[in-house]
Amino acid sequence: MVVQALKDQGVDTVFGYPGGAVLPIYDEIFQQNDIRHVLVRHEQGAVHAAEGYARSTGRPGVVLVTSGPGATNAVTGLTDALMDSIPIVVLTGQVPTFMIGTDGFQEADTVGITRPCTKHNWLVKDTSKLSEIIHQAFHVAKSGRPGPTLIDIPKDVQFATGTYTPPAKARVSHYQPQVKGDTAAITRLVEMIETAERPIFYTGGGVINSGPGASQLLRELVEATGFPITSTLMGLGAYPASGDKWLGMLGMHGLYEANMAMHDCDLMINVGARFDDRITGRLDSFSPGSKKAHIDIDPSSINKVIHVDLPIIGDVGHVLEDLLRIWKARGRKVQKDALAKWWTKIEKWQAVKCLSYTNSDKIIKPQYALERLEELTRGMDRYVATEVGQHQMWAAQFMGFEEPGRWLTSGGLGTMGYGLPATVGAQMAHPDSLVINVAGDASWLMNMQEMGTAVQFRLPIKQFILNNERLGMVRQWQQLLHGERYSHSWSESLPDFVKLAEAFGCKGRMVKDPAELDDAIKEMLAYDGPFILDVLVEKHENCFPMIPSGEPHNKMLLGDASTDDAIGSSGAVLV
Amino acid sequence: MAALNIKKGSTRKSAYELRDPNAEIYERHTLAVLVDNEAGVLARVIGLFSGRGYNIESLTVAEVDHTGHMSRITIVTTGTPAVIEQIKAQLGRIVPVHEVHDLTVEGASVERELALCKVSGTGDKRVEALRLADIFRANVVDSTLESFVFEITGTPEKIDAFTDLMRPLGLVESARTGVAALSRGAQ
Repeated sequence: MVVQALKDQGVDTVFGYPGGAVLPIYDEIFQQNDIRHVLVRHEQGAVHAAEGYARSTGRPGVVLVTSGPGATNAVTGLTDALMDSIPIVVLTGQVPTFMIGTDGFQEADTVGITRPCTKHNWLVKDTSKLSEIIHQAFHVAKSGRPGPTLIDIPKDVQFATGTYTPPAKARVSHYQPQVKGDTAAITRLVEMIETAERPIFYTGGGVINSGPGASQLLRELVEATGFPITSTLMGLGAYPASGDKWLGMLGMHGLYEANMAMHDCDLMINVGARFDDRITGRLDSFSPGSKKAHIDIDPSSINKVIHVDLPIIGDVGHVLEDLLRIWKARGRKVQKDALAKWWTKIEKWQAVKCLSYTNSDKIIKPQYALERLEELTRGMDRYVATEVGQHQMWAAQFMGFEEPGRWLTSGGLGTMGYGLPATVGAQMAHPDSLVINVAGDASWLMNMQEMGTAVQFRLPIKQFILNNERLGMVRQWQQLLHGERYSHSWSESLPDFVKLAEAFGCKGRMVKDPAELDDAIKEMLAYDGPFILDVLVEKHENCFPMIPSGEPHNKMLLGDASTDDAIGSSGAVLV
Repeated sequence: MAALNIKKGSTRKSAYELRDPNAEIYERHTLAVLVDNEAGVLARVIGLFSGRGYNIESLTVAEVDHTGHMSRITIVTTGTPAVIEQIKAQLGRIVPVHEVHDLTVEGASVERELALCKVSGTGDKRVEALRLADIFRANVVDSTLESFVFEITGTPEKIDAFTDLMRPLGLVESARTGVAALSRGAQ
């Protein structure tokens, strides 16, 4: 019944790990060929792989794990998907209903544990309700602001037979988030667009979650109005990095021009972003002179952190469509002269060239490594995942994304160990594409067991490890904030990544000479199989620009600025 | 740029404001939440309040529509106006939640709470307790020669006043239901 329900939901791939409490479902999987099962090496990897699959296809990722430890290992991935609004459906086994509450073997209160880290979860006690609940779980995961759902299925419920409910008959009636924006509010936004002198689009992951149509509408709107656009980490690719209105990513490690424009604008149009603390910096000095409009499908995102002048609740695609229609009907007005002045100002900020760094011909700078990777893979059918840390920020700064869904990263939760399994999921969905994980040495080790999955399923994922033998971002904060006391932020006895690759049955290469970097990257790209490229980089490079904690957007640190005493006392408590 | 000069290698305290800047503008709101009466729905609501650091002053829950399996949760909460708005929006996100009403802003409403108070004593105190109970229109639901159990219904303030008066007269323990509330009028 479970397998039938998954098929009817259009599922072609399941990431999972068997165990006692899900054996009946695994028995069904064995007896069919429509759904591929990807055996991961750890349940956390299964959930991140499902996230990578979901993010790169727009369809929900599906996970199947056993009770107890299987379910608890999935918790990090569930929380990650909740924070980044990724639709996934997790099926967990449970001890039989008559054993629940007896501390049975591999029993855990899965619905209790996962209640705060799912959009919704269900414990199915009756087989006749099982198929309907699975359909509801897909509906909830996909509708409104997407997110993870979980279905806990006791083993006796898996064995029992019941009546199957097809998707069309499942009751999902009352959970129907509003997708159309209020026309009066949209018209008000059009008026603001018509009169704005220093406008900016600030876009987020909501544009990507809304589907490719939303990205297309956004591009049309940006081109037609000529307004500058910046994006959060999660929203990269919604507007192409090669576009001439693109200011780059904003936020703590965002670009100088993007943050300065956010600070000095008079109209901020937030499209599917949520004023995260990595974006806003110091709240009381956040873009002090601007009117703020906020388009979001989740009413709880409105006025949560930043008070906005014009909230519009609805799906980004629907709202942008109405916005464009009304703006065109009213004569496509913008303040051309003021806009030209605004761009002149922005060009001065761009001239600062905030991403510049001092290159070296002796040691590979991480920025240089990413510039070369970008150069040698630009234009390819490419998906890029990252782990979390300095390398993630450098990747966001130095790599360009032209399409939505090509950038897979853990933004909200900041989960080290996300990238490798995410590449497994993305490569499963796109077997012929180039799938790269830009990693740090420490993050990569957190879920390195998934290399086994990649080898078993012949997934030619490319692991691009910027190896500084440090927890780079932690080290950077300790340097700037904790008096250069580097408490436990370096790794002694790192594995030999090349031998590790061989041990897993794939190929690896180490490179430390800048002159050999291109050749190493080309070898990685040409290799037909999983590949680990261990790039030994400068160990003490800091990631700039940076807005220190507790400071506003216009107090950025640039690469060559003095970094001593950068963070004030009140900023020191912030992370 | 820096507020403090931090020397390399120095140790220092992290100084930050612990005072709540909004302490003066807290409001008290009564929310009525209609939910599917399914397993765990109360845990979802309570978990939301504890997980996001909201206050619960009082909470009552019971099934009100037996055919539709709908329960009504009445929550009294305090917070700044922005936090109250967040609470309502966050409640609205919970899948089994059908409706969220803020009775404090949606026109006039009535609030009632029921309490049972056990008062033990003899002589004058016993007579005085019975006399005060009469004034508060409290009913005697259990009686021994040296104790009464009073049942009283009213606003939380009225019940506070009653228990304050009973304390010197021998209040042993009391049980309160929490607030139930409905909007006034035909709708």
